Amino acid sequence: MSESATRAECCVVACAEAWRGDGEILASPMGTVPTIGARLAKLTFSPDLLLTDGEALLIGDVPAVGSGSQVTEGWLPYRRHLAMVASGRRHVMMGASQLDAYGNQNISCVGDWAKPRRQLLGVRGAPVNTLNNPTSYWVPRHSPRVFVERVDMVSGVGYDRAAAAEPVTTRFHEIRRVITDLAVLDFATPDRSLRLCSVHPGVTVDQVREATGFPLTVPEEPEEVPHTRMPSAEELRLIREVLDPKGLRDREVRA
Amino acid sequence: MSRNKTMTADEVAARLESGMTIGIGGWGSRRKPMALIRALLRSDITDLTVVSYGGPDVGLLAAAGKIRKLIAAFVTLDSIPLEPHFRAARERGAFEMTELDEAMFMWGLTAAGHRLPFMPIRAGLGSDVMKVNPQLRTVRSPYDDGEELVAVPALRLDAALVHLNRADAHGNGQYLGPDPYFDDLFCEAADQAYLSCERIVDSAELRAEHGPQTLLVSRAFVNGVVEAPGGAHFTSCVPDYDRDETFQRAYAQAAADPEAWRRFTEQFLSGDEDAYQAAVTAFAKEAT
Repeated sequence: MSESATRAECCVVACAEAWRGDGEILASPMGTVPTIGARLAKLTFSPDLLLTDGEALLIGDVPAVGSGSQVTEGWLPYRRHLAMVASGRRHVMMGASQLDAYGNQNISCVGDWAKPRRQLLGVRGAPVNTLNNPTSYWVPRHSPRVFVERVDMVSGVGYDRAAAAEPVTTRFHEIRRVITDLAVLDFATPDRSLRLCSVHPGVTVDQVREATGFPLTVPEEPEEVPHTRMPSAEELRLIREVLDPKGLRDREVRA
Repeated sequence: MSRNKTMTADEVAARLESGMTIGIGGWGSRRKPMALIRALLRSDITDLTVVSYGGPDVGLLAAAGKIRKLIAAFVTLDSIPLEPHFRAARERGAFEMTELDEAMFMWGLTAAGHRLPFMPIRAGLGSDVMKVNPQLRTVRSPYDDGEELVAVPALRLDAALVHLNRADAHGNGQYLGPDPYFDDLFCEAADQAYLSCERIVDSAELRAEHGPQTLLVSRAFVNGVVEAPGGAHFTSCVPDYDRDETFQRAYAQAAADPEAWRRFTEQFLSGDEDAYQAAVTAFAKEAT
């Protein structure tokens, strides 16, 4: 059964795993696959998670992505969402236009900030998120354009920059993991630089290396890198029948 | 009985001047005071410092060359992630920018409303927000923790423009959607504030149907009230209306090409607000 899971479904489970053991906190996913992942975590191993409708409400049900919620659990307008960030009772999974080896993330602009080659969104809440609540990243296209030696505008703060700013700045700083369409990565290295944890089924270690624009910490024997866990039969059912019957996940991650 | 502060959008524009710092309420492409922005576009006011959780308000003012400096954490159309006019303006270096984090921005407005010089916040350190804003200072906690924090300077505004669902003639403003955004903070941070609304109603009616917690803006902070039905169009103003996605797509498409943009402004922005609303109605008929 689980042999038949697609890459997108594998990514959903990898995203869900990021919230395992988080308890009674707000899961803030950005993007379709992380949204399905957070909902899957709540329906299975992390039932205490709080979820939002993407706007001002905390939802009390777990609807399919793109469908409306029927049950309201609470009120979370932007100003209270920012308070939730500051309280640390939130684990956000943000996107990244660029990400470096220490987890510095850029969503602001590409090129020189004063006159960017390509203006993007702006830093949004990345600076406050990264210094206050656990942060993970979701990258739907693992490529050297995203995984760069040096990001053009540090929006989300990585391990080296947090430590250099002031020792106390690291108090609540935690970049937990990075999930891509190829692999799961974390920062469990002596210098807190990016490390390959697992490759998705059908992906080789060399493929991940080639798609990363800086040297990546990997075990000496590529065979030692485990495969990302596949969805269980029940997880597959939840993804396909309950959380994403329209298959929106396939638009973010190709089969 | 308190004063009647009703006026027109053009009368609001007449109270504003070139060079001012203007705060604009709403968030992204949601509940933006677009009728007031359109009045600004019709005026010869220019050289503005715009303070906004940016959406098409920023895009339109940028396209019209009215911005000297932008203070923002992002500019987006929500369902269309990148605002095309903002993008183009930034890529040609059309104005100065102070790029802050969303929370820094909120505390800057809060500091201004409280008449404080700054607010301490745990955000910004380690990020390039500090690098691109070299004027930002830090402050160290005077207590035992000794933590270093960013001292976000007050974002004091010459004027604030916001749009709500209902208001009375005295300037009490009511929001009926789920999110107040930061409109009350904008009004409190400003020397003068102007509130447009879908409908001006009696104070008694304002109080009757919805709880007092929907009364977001107090008349003590409001200088003028404008009745502007459809005044947030094409952004959302729930529950009165959702974002006009068809129109927003047409706006974004037109922005991509100078000739298309000339036609768009000709069609929608060459007349007054009534002409705009009539053109929008005609556009909607054509689209269906």
